[in-house]
Amino acid sequence: MELLVASAVGAMTAAGLYLVLRARTFPVIVGVAMLSYAVNVFLFASGRLAIDLPPVISDTATGYSDPLPQALVLTAIVISFGMTAVIVVLALRAYLESGTDAIDTPAGESESGQPPSIAPTAASARKSDQTEGGQ
Amino acid sequence: MSDLTLNHWILMPIMLPALLAPIIVLAMRHDLVLQRIFSIAGTVALFAIALGLTVQAANGPPQVYELGNWDAPFGIVVVLDRLSALMVLLASILAIGVVIYAASSGWDSRGKHFHALFQFQLMGIMGAFLTGDVFNLFVFFEVLLIASYGLMLHGGGAARTRAGVQYVAINLLGSTLFLFAVGTLYGVTGTLNMADLALKVAEVPPEDQALLQTAGVLLLIVFAVKAAMVPIHFWLPGAYANAPGPVAALFAIMTKVGAYSILRVYTLIFGAAAGDAAWLAADWLMPAALVTLIVGMVGVLGASGLIRQICFAVIGSMGTLMIAIALFTPEATVAALYYLIHSTFAAAALFLIADQIVARRGQHGDRLHAAPRFPQTGLMAVLFFLGAIGMAGMPPLSGFLGKLLVLDAAKVSPAMGLIWTVILATSLLCIVGFARAGSTVFWKSAQVETHGDAPVSALTPRDSVPVGAVAFMLAGMVALSAFAGPITGYLEGTAAQLYNPLEYILAVLGPDALAGR
Repeated sequence: MELLVASAVGAMTAAGLYLVLRARTFPVIVGVAMLSYAVNVFLFASGRLAIDLPPVISDTATGYSDPLPQALVLTAIVISFGMTAVIVVLALRAYLESGTDAIDTPAGESESGQPPSIAPTAASARKSDQTEGGQ
Repeated sequence: MSDLTLNHWILMPIMLPALLAPIIVLAMRHDLVLQRIFSIAGTVALFAIALGLTVQAANGPPQVYELGNWDAPFGIVVVLDRLSALMVLLASILAIGVVIYAASSGWDSRGKHFHALFQFQLMGIMGAFLTGDVFNLFVFFEVLLIASYGLMLHGGGAARTRAGVQYVAINLLGSTLFLFAVGTLYGVTGTLNMADLALKVAEVPPEDQALLQTAGVLLLIVFAVKAAMVPIHFWLPGAYANAPGPVAALFAIMTKVGAYSILRVYTLIFGAAAGDAAWLAADWLMPAALVTLIVGMVGVLGASGLIRQICFAVIGSMGTLMIAIALFTPEATVAALYYLIHSTFAAAALFLIADQIVARRGQHGDRLHAAPRFPQTGLMAVLFFLGAIGMAGMPPLSGFLGKLLVLDAAKVSPAMGLIWTVILATSLLCIVGFARAGSTVFWKSAQVETHGDAPVSALTPRDSVPVGAVAFMLAGMVALSAFAGPITGYLEGTAAQLYNPLEYILAVLGPDALAGR
């Protein structure tokens, strides 16, 4: 079983790294997801692999599996799930706004180069926020 | 330990923004004025709490808060010692300047939920400084990162969104690496509590040393990504240059979260008592720090825009800071912490000044070419000059004292000649780079024909508050050099505490921790 888990982690990490290096948003997102699967399985294994053993105290148990990595994995899954959702939305928006899905940004391009307006008054700011919030 | 011994104030720097942010989202999302009032008031209250905690930390041993009253190492602990108190105080001072600037310059009205995200960001930063558990550190890293994604994209725009994708992707990779490191560390030692790790690492058998040191170096890479060290610094200019001005100023503390984590983990866990893994970071950190300093300051010389130039100056200042940390002596750590405080203020001040200049130059943005004069050219030139001499480390601002302390601490190192050469040569590069930028933006602009009316030089009341926020950051540097004596006194105590981790370990694990060892 150790060999199976270790090779699964290895294969997923290798696939994830390859995809991340593609430098296009879709492969990068799949690659990052792949890496997070790999790390989740890896975290499980850090508490040593055990079959049919309960993580919580039980009268009939002959031994226990380590409960901490399971809690860690749960936290890691929630976080990586949320992060993947964020980057998917972000990548879509970047694609729609700029028409390209390349991760790399052209040199010298920066948002600060655009003319920003100087300090709107508090009242106008409040008004614009209300109209936006009301949509 | 009973409830009575717990000091609940230790948790307040995390709890206050954590409670304030949802209240801002839920109860006042339609009222920006109310959001501003609560956000500023909350940040000022945070500063008051941080000040109180720093006084407590200065006058006593490390204090521990056990969440849910579970004893360490089984429960998660929050630890207040001199270092974490100092970082919390620094972050809260920076936050006051940033939130006032964001509210008065109108940045917070260019998108939704600025103040809620700002408070969540503060929660993550405070948590990262206070936690005494490695996995909890990961969680707070994620909290501050998620909030930073929102803040970085505040205001929108194609270039900013694309830079945001890059920033999120690199940080997701960093988080994955963090988890691999944490998993390996747990697999070898069976604990993630920092104080417990400090004891367990010394007992790791020789056959597991390779795994342990792999975990240690992986963690170093993760923190180096946060601290923007070469060769993983490349994300910083793109991310910071595209972030809104006040957000870039707040991000000045984010690179310091990486520096803090390195200082904490590699003195406490991989410190003198770590057996074969002792001072694991030093060999890797010093060369990386020297190259970081060179790359950063060469970038200052070559940058095409004012904001990118400041980004490279931030990378360079992280190099100087890391040189001082990598020496791993108490004297060098005093220098590192002093320079850390200084470079936070210097970077924040410069980002805010650049934002003011960009707002005034219109279509010319931050590009380094002569453009027509803009309102208050003189005032902006003075502010930029002060910020630049602070960043370059020229007297009389605190950068000079900081670099002097670093040079002095490097005297004991065998690589002294190299360190001195690099620091002094790159200081010159930085001065030349900023001098070139300043003369292009301010002096050469004075010769360009202006069409229509000459720009006004008087400051309107509406513009004076953002300028006041910039002056607040500059005043931080002035205060740092004026009160250098008492501050280095506090820092000496901090360094002594860091290099005698027994006090920290006993505070977390209880006085019986070393019995039976």
